[in-house]
Amino acid sequence: MDAFLIQILNGLDKGSAYALIALGLTLIFGTLGVVNFAHGALFMVGAFCAVTLQRVLTLSFETVDETQKDFLGNPLKVKTPYVESWFGPEAGAWIIDWAVPLAVLIAIPIMLLVGYVMERGLIKHFYKRPHADQILVTFGLAIVIQEIVKYFFGANPIQTPPPDALNGVANLGAALGMEIVYPVWRIVYFCFSVLIIGGIFAFLQFTTFGMVVRAGMADRETVGLLGINIDRKFTIMFGIAAAVAGLAGVMYGPINPPNYHMGMDFLVLSFVVVVVGGMGSLPGAVLAGFLLGILESFASTTWATTTIPGINQIIIYLVAIIVLLTRPRGLMGRKGVMEE
Amino acid sequence: MFGLDKKDTSLLIVVALLTLLAPFILNPFPSDSAMAQFNAGYPDLMQRFVIFGIFAVGFNILFGLTGYLSFGHAAFLGVGSYSAVWMFKLLSYNIIPAVVLAVIIAGLFSLLIGFISLRRSGIYFSILTLAFAQMSFALAYSVLSNPKFNLTNGETGLQVYADDPQWLHGANMPDVPHLFGLSMRSTYTLELGPWAFDFNTGYYICAIVMMVAFYLAIRIFRSPFGMMLRAVKSNQQRMNYTGLNTRPYTLAAFVISGMYAGLAGGLMAAMDPLAGAERMQWTASGEVVLMTILGGAGTLIGPVLGAGFIKYFENIFSKINDNVLHGWFAFLPDGLEDFVVTIIHPFVGKGWHLTLGLLFMMVVIFLPGGLVEGGQRLAAWVRSKRNKGQDDETTGKTEPAE
Repeated sequence: MDAFLIQILNGLDKGSAYALIALGLTLIFGTLGVVNFAHGALFMVGAFCAVTLQRVLTLSFETVDETQKDFLGNPLKVKTPYVESWFGPEAGAWIIDWAVPLAVLIAIPIMLLVGYVMERGLIKHFYKRPHADQILVTFGLAIVIQEIVKYFFGANPIQTPPPDALNGVANLGAALGMEIVYPVWRIVYFCFSVLIIGGIFAFLQFTTFGMVVRAGMADRETVGLLGINIDRKFTIMFGIAAAVAGLAGVMYGPINPPNYHMGMDFLVLSFVVVVVGGMGSLPGAVLAGFLLGILESFASTTWATTTIPGINQIIIYLVAIIVLLTRPRGLMGRKGVMEE
Repeated sequence: MFGLDKKDTSLLIVVALLTLLAPFILNPFPSDSAMAQFNAGYPDLMQRFVIFGIFAVGFNILFGLTGYLSFGHAAFLGVGSYSAVWMFKLLSYNIIPAVVLAVIIAGLFSLLIGFISLRRSGIYFSILTLAFAQMSFALAYSVLSNPKFNLTNGETGLQVYADDPQWLHGANMPDVPHLFGLSMRSTYTLELGPWAFDFNTGYYICAIVMMVAFYLAIRIFRSPFGMMLRAVKSNQQRMNYTGLNTRPYTLAAFVISGMYAGLAGGLMAAMDPLAGAERMQWTASGEVVLMTILGGAGTLIGPVLGAGFIKYFENIFSKINDNVLHGWFAFLPDGLEDFVVTIIHPFVGKGWHLTLGLLFMMVVIFLPGGLVEGGQRLAAWVRSKRNKGQDDETTGKTEPAE
């Protein structure tokens, strides 16, 4: 039983990442009808927002400390980060420690801006072009973003540790009398993603803006005829989708150190998630994300890998193929979306 | 000639001349001059030109004619390579059985994948093929290389070892891939003054295979079957409404292009008897898409041009480093020179992929017909300039990109 719960927990954090990326992909596809192959790159850019903030915060100046000597007897040079000298050593250390959660704050405006620029500058011109062209141009864009990040940050993964307070493990099963020890940060990640997913759904359900967007997803032309500037609203939705992917990336850094091709690795799987969930269905994307994450974690158990070697590598694709062949619209796909 | 009309015959002849004379054409600079680094006439690179040309020509039969964008064609290339190396391991280093088996196995594999993937069209098809290719990659990389059943040799890559059976290995045959004793690696170097031209057996075998493949592609393009595939591209729904089942046609196109990919994979293994899983990764599939789009999807010569273009510039750009750049811009004042080199630096050397990505985006945005369309536009522009004074009615009327 304990092992069973652990596997579900294991699946939840990867599933959260899948669900968040797939949610963004579906938002873009549902509103603008564009297949965004650069979405994984946005996830990666988000992760590198955290890296950048961490580097900025740890920028430091050197002072010569006369009281301490290094091994040669010379006065020791001490590096002090600027934030520590500005806010005092304790507050400064706290800020540096909490760099990753703080990066969420700067990632939101950055990603909104990136999404806005991307839509207005590039994707806008591709609405009337075939899907193949959309795939190709966003694929090219993904390569470009990836290479730019590689140029500035190098090819190696960069460690982004979580805050000390959230770095340990916790026994989740204590209340139930079970032994379920699990890294705290992964639980934080899961809660964070549930929060974002809930926020997006609430935003679409309970605000006027969300209502208009939903109406636009159902029938863009009629909403336009009613005198609403639907293009503008959809552009903002693109920004929001980019921000969701970016936030997923920011918080994923401590689980898996960001490198420049992490986006591509996630993108392929997220597409599979979208297709399994049903193209254009937001709940489907979230459901399929968690479902495939959990399935993958069950397939990674020693029992599964000894029964069928390597099943953990191919389970997601197998499920996708089976789902597409038995339920061609995906788990929760609507009729009439991408049916041509 | 060969059942082709005049225009296609001349195209075939041009391609044949270009490939056969490639060692001369690609080596225009004397080998001791500073420009020698732009020479591309060495066997390894020339082999890659024609092999990727075959791959792209095959991909174009699917994508260019039917419009189905497959993101998993590298899987067939990889399967072809693996089967060819297995033939080397089991029979002998003769490349004929290896390449034949590579084509057959890739054909069967693409039949299986195409049968499933072609149930869906559009973006679903792209993602299904992508999923299949990634699955094959995962299988080849880890699953099928366990000690009990080692089919792919995992990370190391499949290669021929001394204790392999090689049942048909003749006593006086060379220990490298060969065609009835003619080694793929044997190169004859012709020295003409400062120039050196390499004539490599492997290259010429690939070139002949490519010409045959190209000829077949022309025949497919001009056949009623090719016409049917174009009809699928322009309006599949209407085809279905007229009571015609398009699935066999698209499946046939898929299998043919899969066999082309297998042929390319087999030849790749024949040039260098080693097959690794990274050939099946989806970035490799993306590369052939890039080649086809860059050259011009749906045109005959486009994919070959695209393959040559990408492989040539990949090779050249990767070689340029800061010293070379400083050499070029030495005529500028010092500060300006450093500035220019700093600007260009991210785009060359290891940054080649950045240039490629930008180039690719530019082509998709501004020139959807690829290099071929660019050439046609240029030709039309030149013609209209020339005819300006002559009041010609036909100016500006260009052939639409196919």
